[in-house]
Amino acid sequence: MEGYIHSIESFGTLDGPGIRLVVFFQGCPMRCVYCHNPDTWNIKASGKIDSDEILKIYEKNKSFYKDGGITATGGEPLLQIDFLTELFEKAKQKSIHTCLDTSGAVFNESKTSIEKFDRLVSSTDLVILDIKHIDPDKHIKITGHKSENIIKFARYLDDKNKDIWIRHVVVPGLTDNEDEIEKLGCFVAALKNAVFVELLPYHSMGVKKYEALGLDYPLKGTEDMDKEKLEPLYAALKRGIKKGKNNTN
Amino acid sequence: MFEQWKNFKTGDWVNNIDLRNFIQLNYTPYDGTESFLEPPTENTLSLWKQVMDMSEEERKAGGVLDMDTKTISTITSHKAGYIDKDKEKIVGIQTDKPFKRALQPYGGIRMAVKAAADNGYQIDPQTVEFFTLYRKTHNDGVFDAYTDEMRACRSNHIITGLPDAYGRGRIIGDYRRVALYGVDRLIEDKKNQKNETPKVMYQDVIRQREELSEQIKALEELKKLGEIYGFDISKPAGNVLEAVQWLYFGYLAAVKEQNGAAMSLGRVSTFLDIYAQRDLENSTFSEKEIQEIVDHFIMKLRLIKFARTPEYNELFTGDPTWVTESIGGMGVDGRHMVTKMSFRFIHTLKNLGASAEPNMTVLWSVRLPNNFKRFCAKTSIESSSIQYENDDLMRAVHGDDYAIACCVSSMRIGKQMQFFGARANLAKCLLYAINGGVDEITKKQVAPKYRPVTTEYLDYDELWQKYDDMMKWLAGVYVNALNIIHYMHDKYCYERLQMALHDKDITRWFATGIAGLSVAADSLSAVKYAKVKVIRDENGIAVDYNVEGDFPKYGNDDDRVDEIAKDIVHKFMSYIRSNHTYRGGIATTSILTITSNVVYGKNTGATPDGRKAGDAFAPGANPMHGRDSSGAVSSLASVSKLSFSDAQDGISNTFTIIPNALGCTSRIIIENLDLEKPVLSGKR
Repeated sequence: MEGYIHSIESFGTLDGPGIRLVVFFQGCPMRCVYCHNPDTWNIKASGKIDSDEILKIYEKNKSFYKDGGITATGGEPLLQIDFLTELFEKAKQKSIHTCLDTSGAVFNESKTSIEKFDRLVSSTDLVILDIKHIDPDKHIKITGHKSENIIKFARYLDDKNKDIWIRHVVVPGLTDNEDEIEKLGCFVAALKNAVFVELLPYHSMGVKKYEALGLDYPLKGTEDMDKEKLEPLYAALKRGIKKGKNNTN
Repeated sequence: MFEQWKNFKTGDWVNNIDLRNFIQLNYTPYDGTESFLEPPTENTLSLWKQVMDMSEEERKAGGVLDMDTKTISTITSHKAGYIDKDKEKIVGIQTDKPFKRALQPYGGIRMAVKAAADNGYQIDPQTVEFFTLYRKTHNDGVFDAYTDEMRACRSNHIITGLPDAYGRGRIIGDYRRVALYGVDRLIEDKKNQKNETPKVMYQDVIRQREELSEQIKALEELKKLGEIYGFDISKPAGNVLEAVQWLYFGYLAAVKEQNGAAMSLGRVSTFLDIYAQRDLENSTFSEKEIQEIVDHFIMKLRLIKFARTPEYNELFTGDPTWVTESIGGMGVDGRHMVTKMSFRFIHTLKNLGASAEPNMTVLWSVRLPNNFKRFCAKTSIESSSIQYENDDLMRAVHGDDYAIACCVSSMRIGKQMQFFGARANLAKCLLYAINGGVDEITKKQVAPKYRPVTTEYLDYDELWQKYDDMMKWLAGVYVNALNIIHYMHDKYCYERLQMALHDKDITRWFATGIAGLSVAADSLSAVKYAKVKVIRDENGIAVDYNVEGDFPKYGNDDDRVDEIAKDIVHKFMSYIRSNHTYRGGIATTSILTITSNVVYGKNTGATPDGRKAGDAFAPGANPMHGRDSSGAVSSLASVSKLSFSDAQDGISNTFTIIPNALGCTSRIIIENLDLEKPVLSGKR
C-alpha cells in the first residue's frame, strides 16, 4: 500500500528511544497556532511512497537503528491509519520497534474505527501523545479542535497497556500557565502506562515555512520559550502528578 | 635486565625493540567509569593561566609573539626554556622561550623568510645567504627537477598543497621507545643495523648506511637534549613521570628538527598507563600526581608552534600542528585497549579546557567498554574536541599498534611511515575533461590537448570517457611530482630523529589525496539524470552550466549517485597505482580535505552540478552543503559506500549537529518523578 509521506528523516533522536527512522506523514486535521510544520497540513500536497519502500530504507541502514526503530509522525499519521497499520505490521514482522507520534485528534469510538485502532495498537510499541492543552476551551482555541476524544484516546491506550510518552508544547503566554500544567500532571498521573512527560519549549523556526506557503503566522511576535523557565513548570507538573497519584490511590 | 623494568612481564620486547609486545603483555584494560579522575592541581591552574595569558598576548600581537631569526633549530640548538620552572612537572619547549617560534629552513629558505616577513620579522641575512648559496634546501631540489607540466598543474591548482616548500610531516616516531629502552639501547640497535647492511654498495645500500648514521647522530643529540634539561635519558624511564618526560623529549626533538605538515604523537596513552599502574600499585605516585603529570604533558603539546605563512594558515584554516594522539581501540586478542590513561588524556579537555591540539583521536570500536564510550560522548559534548575513527576498519589492516598521523592517516607505529602527498582536485579535473585540458580560470593549456566537449548539452557517456582519460593523465603527473618531492625531502630534509625511532626495514605508504569528490559525483549525476547545458565564453571555453531538472545528489543514500562517487575514487586510485612510486612506496589515497576545501573551491570554476565558480567544496568525503536532505544516517551511508581499500589513507566526514537534535531537552519520569536531563547532557 502507498501512503502520502511528506519526508523521511534518517537520523531521528527525539521521537522515541534510540536512533530512529522518522516518517513524516502528510495531512493533519488540527491547525495548532504554533505548528512548525504547516507544510504537512494538506494531505495531497506530497508524493506517495510504498510501505515496502520505507522498510527498505530502514533495512539498508539498520545497524544504526539497533537501539531505535521507526517513528510515524507528521502531520497526523492516524489520518492514514490503514497505511500506518500496514507499515507497523510489516515492521513488527521484522522485529522493528514502532512508535506512533500523534495528537490523537481523529480517534473515535465507532465500531469500525475501534476495530482499526485495535489492530494498529497491537503492532505499536509506543505512543507519543501530544496534549496541546488540558483545558477543553483553550484546546479548541489553540488547535481548532475539541480535546474530548483525545482524552478518550489516552485512556483507550492506557486500557490497552501501551507505553505512552506525554508531550506538551510550552508557548509563552499561551500554554505556560503553572496551574494548567499542574492539571496536566494530574491527568497524566491517572494513566498507569505513561512513562515520561516532556515539556517542549516553543520555537519560532516554523515562521519561514509559513512565508514560503504564503500563510500568515498566527504567533507573530511570540518569543521563543526560554528553557530556564521550564524549571518552575516542571515543578508544577510534578505537583500535579503527585496529586493525581494520591487521588488514584 | 634493567632495574627500571622491575615488575614488568618480560617477553620478546626485552631482546628486541618491540613495543607492541611490551604493551600487550603489561597493560591493564579498564572497564570502569571516569569517577577516579582528579581535577587540576594549583600548579596546573597557575601554569595554564600563564599559557593563556601568553596566548592572549600572541593574539594581540597579530598571531606571532616571538620568532627566532638566527639560530637554526636543531635538537640541541637552544638552551632550556620554561613557563614557570618550579611548577612544571614535564619540561621542554621548542626554543628557549615559550611562544617563540623556531627557525626551520631545511624545507625551504624562501618559505622561512616569508613566514618571518609576513609576521614582521627578518631572518638574519647571513643565515639567508648560507641557505641560498651554500646549503641547498628541499624546496630548491624539488624545483630543480620539476617538469613544466608539473609547475603548470601546481600554479593552476589542479594539484595543490604539495609539500614542496615545507616539511612533509605525517611521520610518527615511536617516541615510546625512548621511555622503554633509553637512548643508549636504541643507538646500539641502530649501530647493529648499520653493521648488517649488504656490503655491495648499490645506491640504496649507500643511502641506507648514510641514513642510519644520521639516525645515530640524532639519537646522540637526543641524549644531549635531555642533558640540557638536566636529565639522563640514556637509560630506560623508571616511573611514569620519567616515562612521560623521556617520551616527550623524543617528540620534542622531532619538532625541533622538523616543521612538518603534521607532527603526530602516536599512541602513547595505554603504553604510559603501564607505568602509571605500576606506580599506583607501589604508591610511587597518587592519582592526583599522575593526572598532574598528564596535564602538564598535554599543556606542552598545546604549546607546539611553527613559523608559517598566512597562505599556509589559510589553506589549513588556522595554525594546526596535528599533534594527533590515538586513544583506545581493540586488541587483536579481543581485549579492548582502553586504560585509565585513556581517560586521563581525554580528561585534560576538562582540566585545561577544550582545545584542538593535541588532536585527541578515539579509535572507536563497537566493542569498546560502554563507560568509556559514554565518557567520550560526554566530553565531546562539553568540548567539541574529540575526533573519532573506525578502529574496526583499520585494525583489520594495521593490527592493534597503529596510530593516526594528521587527521586520518593510519600506520603501524615504528614500522610504517608515510610520504604525504597533498591532493588532486578531481572537480577541476572534470572541467579539464570538458575543456580539453584548458584551465577554466586561467585559460591556459595545462593538460594535454585532448578533444574537448563541443556539444551544447553534456552527454554522460562521452563525459565519463573524457574524464577517465583526464584522470589517467592527472594521476601520472601527480605521482611523479610526488616522486620528486619525496626524493628531495629524503635528501635535503631527512627526518633523522623520527626515522631513528623506526625499525630498519619499513613500509612506506605513498599517500595521495582527492579533493572535490562530492562536486565531481554530483556533476556527473546531473549530467546523467538531469540536463546540463554548457555556457561558453567567447573563446569557446566552458565557464558555466545550466542545470535543467533535478538529479540524485550524493549524501542521500541513493545508489544512483553514490555509485558514481565510488567509481571515481576507484578509477583514480587504479591510475595512481599504475605509476612507479619512489622507494617502493605503496600507493594510497585519502579523501580528507577537512579545511582546505574552501581554498580548493575558490580556485575552481563553476561545475555541472550547479555549484558556482569559487564556491567552497564540501570538506573531505562530505556531501555538498545542504544537499543531503534525508538526515544524517543517509548522509553517512553515502559516505560509507566509498571503498576503504581504494582510499586506505582515510576518508573523512565532518559531522556537525546542534546539541538539541541529539536528545530531548528534559523530561519527568513518572514512576519516580525524577526530572531527567538528556542522557548525554553537557554543561552548555
